Amino acid sequence: MKPAPFVHHAPRSVEEAVDVLAQVGHDGKVLAGGQSLIPILNMRLASPGHLVDINRVAGLDRVEVRDGDVRVGALVRHAELEHHEGAYAALPLLRQALVNVAHPAIRNRGTTVGSIAHADAAGEMPAILALTEGVVEAAGPRGTREISPADFFLGALETCLAEDELAVAVRFPRFSPGTATAFAESARRHGDYAMAGVAAAVTVVDGVITDARTSFVSVTDVPSVLDLTEVLGGSEPADADWAAAAEVVRGHVEPEADIHATADYRRMLAGELARRVLAQAAQNAATTKGSSH
Amino acid sequence: MTDMTTEQLLDVTVNVNGVPRTASVPARRLLSDFLRHDLQLTGTHVGCEHGVCGACTVLVDGKPMRSCLMFAVTAQDHRVTTVEGLCDAPDARPCATGERMNPVQQAFAECHGLQCGFCTPGFLTTVTAYLEENPAPTQDEAREAISGNLCRCTGYQNIVKSVLRAAEIRTERLGEDGGEAGYAAAPAARHTSSSANGGERA
Amino acid sequence: MTTQMFGAPIRRKEDPRLLTGGGRYLDDLGQHALAAAFVRSPHAHARITDIDVTDAVDVGGIVAIYTWEDLPGKVAEPLPLLIPHPTLTHGRTGYALARDEVNHVGEPVVMVVATDRYLAEDACQRIRVDYELLPVVVGIENARDGAHLVHEDAPGNVAAHMVQETGDVEAALATAPHTLTLDLAIERSACMPMEGKGVYARWNDEDGELRIYSSTQTSTGVRAAVAAKLELPLAKVECIAPDVGGGFGVKIMHPWPEEVLVPWAARLLKREVKWAEDRREHFISSAHERGQLQKVTVGFDDEGRVLGLDVKFWHDNGAYTPYGIIVPIITSTQLLGPYKPGAYRCEFWSLYTNTVLVTPYRGAGRPQGVFAMERTMDAIADYLDLDRAEVRSRNFILPEEMPYDHGLLFQDGRPLKYDSGDFPASLDKLKKLVGWDDFEAYRAEAEAEGRKVGLGIGCYVEGTGVGPYEGGHITIETSGRVNVATGLTTQGQGHQTAFAQIVAQELGVPIEDVHVTTGDTRKMPYAVGTFASRAAVMSGNAIALATRNVKAKALRIAADALEVSEDDLEIVDGVVQVKGAPTTSMPLGTVAVLSNPLRYAFDDAAKAATQFAGTFDPDKPPVADDEEPGLEGRDFYSPTQATFANGMHAAIVETDPVTAEIRILRYCVIHDCGTMINPMIVEGQVHGGVAQGVGGALYERMAYDESGQLLNASFMDFLMPYASEVPHIEADHLETPSPLNPLGIKGAGEAGCIPVSAVIASAIEDAEGFPITSMPISPVELWELRQRHETGELPSLRHHHGQHQTAAAPSRDQEPTA
Repeated sequence: MKPAPFVHHAPRSVEEAVDVLAQVGHDGKVLAGGQSLIPILNMRLASPGHLVDINRVAGLDRVEVRDGDVRVGALVRHAELEHHEGAYAALPLLRQALVNVAHPAIRNRGTTVGSIAHADAAGEMPAILALTEGVVEAAGPRGTREISPADFFLGALETCLAEDELAVAVRFPRFSPGTATAFAESARRHGDYAMAGVAAAVTVVDGVITDARTSFVSVTDVPSVLDLTEVLGGSEPADADWAAAAEVVRGHVEPEADIHATADYRRMLAGELARRVLAQAAQNAATTKGSSH
Repeated sequence: MTDMTTEQLLDVTVNVNGVPRTASVPARRLLSDFLRHDLQLTGTHVGCEHGVCGACTVLVDGKPMRSCLMFAVTAQDHRVTTVEGLCDAPDARPCATGERMNPVQQAFAECHGLQCGFCTPGFLTTVTAYLEENPAPTQDEAREAISGNLCRCTGYQNIVKSVLRAAEIRTERLGEDGGEAGYAAAPAARHTSSSANGGERA
Repeated sequence: MTTQMFGAPIRRKEDPRLLTGGGRYLDDLGQHALAAAFVRSPHAHARITDIDVTDAVDVGGIVAIYTWEDLPGKVAEPLPLLIPHPTLTHGRTGYALARDEVNHVGEPVVMVVATDRYLAEDACQRIRVDYELLPVVVGIENARDGAHLVHEDAPGNVAAHMVQETGDVEAALATAPHTLTLDLAIERSACMPMEGKGVYARWNDEDGELRIYSSTQTSTGVRAAVAAKLELPLAKVECIAPDVGGGFGVKIMHPWPEEVLVPWAARLLKREVKWAEDRREHFISSAHERGQLQKVTVGFDDEGRVLGLDVKFWHDNGAYTPYGIIVPIITSTQLLGPYKPGAYRCEFWSLYTNTVLVTPYRGAGRPQGVFAMERTMDAIADYLDLDRAEVRSRNFILPEEMPYDHGLLFQDGRPLKYDSGDFPASLDKLKKLVGWDDFEAYRAEAEAEGRKVGLGIGCYVEGTGVGPYEGGHITIETSGRVNVATGLTTQGQGHQTAFAQIVAQELGVPIEDVHVTTGDTRKMPYAVGTFASRAAVMSGNAIALATRNVKAKALRIAADALEVSEDDLEIVDGVVQVKGAPTTSMPLGTVAVLSNPLRYAFDDAAKAATQFAGTFDPDKPPVADDEEPGLEGRDFYSPTQATFANGMHAAIVETDPVTAEIRILRYCVIHDCGTMINPMIVEGQVHGGVAQGVGGALYERMAYDESGQLLNASFMDFLMPYASEVPHIEADHLETPSPLNPLGIKGAGEAGCIPVSAVIASAIEDAEGFPITSMPISPVELWELRQRHETGELPSLRHHHGQHQTAAAPSRDQEPTA
């Protein structure tokens, strides 16, 4: 299993990278961490003529923890973000989700922005981008644009990025005070793509749930946010109707079957995981008053 | 598709086990093949070429990565440590038959942590880096630490034991060295905090 | 006395090399060899109508492209049917390159040789093969119904139909107080060694000699098969198994197409050629195993004693039968385990499907047989409301009944006769280890916390160490170095250590001086191979016998030189000495000098052996009439029958009440392989076997779709367990020596994996309260079974002891038929 030949480009700047992408057009692919791309190349399921290797592009390797968000450059490896204490303090959900991304050796190489740009419905980080209502910063020949998750994800493995555009960073906004998060997924083996996964953010103000949202891994075509405030809002975490929330989740998700799980099973799993993470997040929100943990 | 008859060769230099090594290779040469076939460092093994089995794991700048999921050209100018390089670690010691072994290699020998030995280099590199981060893992942490590598022979029981034993040997040798046992990670990345609970030794 | 070596947990001699990057696996060799790659069939069943290589010849670095039409003589004929059997009436084998029909996805069609593997794959991608698609047979039901045929001349897709019977089963069932019928299924899995197959050939044109390196479990087998195919004298072919990265059965099959084609191309091109299988190739063109459907009818008395057992099963043998019907024969015989079945009849059909071929995988048919028997034992216990361990115990063959002849023929064509074993003692140990009698209390505690747990058990007997023979050859050099050669091969079992322990112990030399070579036809041309847990039994005993020969010779020579009686001599730490007077002594190296009278003094040791050194008797020849020069010993071990190891496992599992996820909380093993050479290595074998068993029970399956495509041909989707999926294993041993061989040993290689599916099924059934009849089982499948159980479609167990019993269905579907 050896990849087909390609021309290697190693731009040093975003401008140069965008120029090359514009030149090679649809025959080009961006190589960052390569942990999703290279298996596909090795199996010759894809053979692009040009790889635009951005690993030497300056300035893309920073995690910036800012007042309103955590900004992650295109060369930040999953492991760096996972272990970044500032990012964890600002947005614990990042680490909660990242520890579920494959195995440490993959996280040491794979990039968070890359996994979002790959737009795999089974990826954890697209779901996190959606739940945080984050932003993708894309650079192209016509300058930089900011894209919301709803606009960015078009379908499985499909984004709105043009051939000559490069995702240079993503921004994960912080949650409002009183919000806590939780993430859980179920995979056949530890580290595998999940049969289903759920991220939850619950806000509790004065002991009462004021906001509750979830996003999903592996059970929706594109990352989407389900607002459960109508079901859970106004309840205290101790007596919220989690079962009702799970019921709404089961109605919302659109899982597909594969060799590891049927659609019905994934639907059940999404509901059950939602029940667990919502309760956990609400519990945390109630006990860590006012903080974003 | 590009013209295959004139595939361009690139001079790639990678610092492997402390030595800059150069070879002229096509852009598509996987780092695993570069190490094994261009540099003839055959200690790194290839088990799947899709990043799942972990046999090809090497340390890139001290961190475990799949060498089958990297191109040699991307590894240019980075530091790569292979199983051969573990023998040169400051805390490696010669064994009875002369080979130098770092604490992890030594522990695998003591605990029967390998059978056919094919997956072993990937475990050795992974565990060596892991113990830099967590020098005194519990049994559960040891199991988790090796859970990204496949082994078909051992059932992992003695690999878990080996991780725990390696931590002990590493600590012993750290004492002998007056503190300089580390190798995989840069000193700045090392920290000594860990769980006080050594866990149940298997 | 020399340190006790036999039976000690000696650290492995091979490890320092393997741990420091010094291994020499197949693809580590031949760095400058040409690389081979193959165009393989993308279709499960098709006729080849055209092959067009035009676009591929332009690829840089291409040396040769071959199709079937390029193959000469015997290379073009079908591959050999290695193990014929009278009931294998419709045996079929493939060609090295497909001739005009392909019968499974992955069958090799075109061979490309290039300067490197990247370029060879480029060329493969550019070769166009046109196919006319034929109807595909996938799955045992489709094969059995016979609507479409894999081979036109194999009606009903039946390769073999075999019946063995002992006693009158019909009568026993008719008169039994109770009978039950069970329908059972086991799916396919595969060996999946971490290193794929591989072959590297060097043709020496000056000498007309071929050297083959193969990642094989039988170098003598490959050597003979390739010599026959290439029509070379055996003397001109040598085969070496280098370090082999796991085998588990798949590498005992030979010759694989590549093992014929690579040496053939090397000779034709007069260049070194190598092929290293990649993972996708391994999935679609190496062998699988396990798939069977079974129907068991059992008659038993009120105490749960089996009076008659009637088993029918249908075995999926894939597209070809080059390895015969060894797997189903083993299922049909080893199914009986530690039990007396009363009257027994087993009938099986070995069926063709358009899938990759089926050859032994660790356990080799036993996991399926044990599954059938152990499910039956649990069903009897449930029917009669008896303790499951008690029912087993009532059916045990007792130690005083050994040797026990079942009256059947085993896989080696010899009687299925157990040599030894103490099953009640094993069961007793297991019950204590797992806390059998305390489990209901534990279950009650767990249920109070809303948790579902179950306890399972499974017992097996494993025929190990089958013939025909293995050999050992010992040479002692003048330095005192002891060279040991045996012909079978090593894939991680620690033979360099275990065999050295035998020699060190028998001869009285330090283990550091003993150097073992396996799998090299230059060192030992007479050998069979490593399979059927036979290496320790066969080569271990052969090496022990050879060591005794060389020791006797050493003592004869030393006695003569020291002018004492042989009986007064012993060998301690490599020195021959007089018992009680160790100053009268001579190192073994010196004995080696004396054993080989020389003309030329090429070193100091040789100088001592030349014809003018020392004194000699002019009336005697330098080498005595009944001796040979050199301090050597050789012997072979060829037993009349297999020796039977056994074991019993128990597991506690927890199933998630909502998601049906399954977790093994405890896994306990009692294992009896007779006398152990190195308990550390035996335990390692058990661990590895259990882990493969857990894979087979909960994770691994070959997912073919109806068109014969393997949907999970990667490590991403074929779920081999990581450490996170394998439980901590608690193992204990019983040592019931085999009376059949000098060392009292039985095989240990396969044991661990044999009962695992049965044990896990038993435990899940116990947790859930409804029957588990099909393995492996995933959370999804368990979840669906629960739904069927809730609707009443799937009946409850009759006498389940957990709370989860539903009142809906009073009996399981295995209603009494008499």
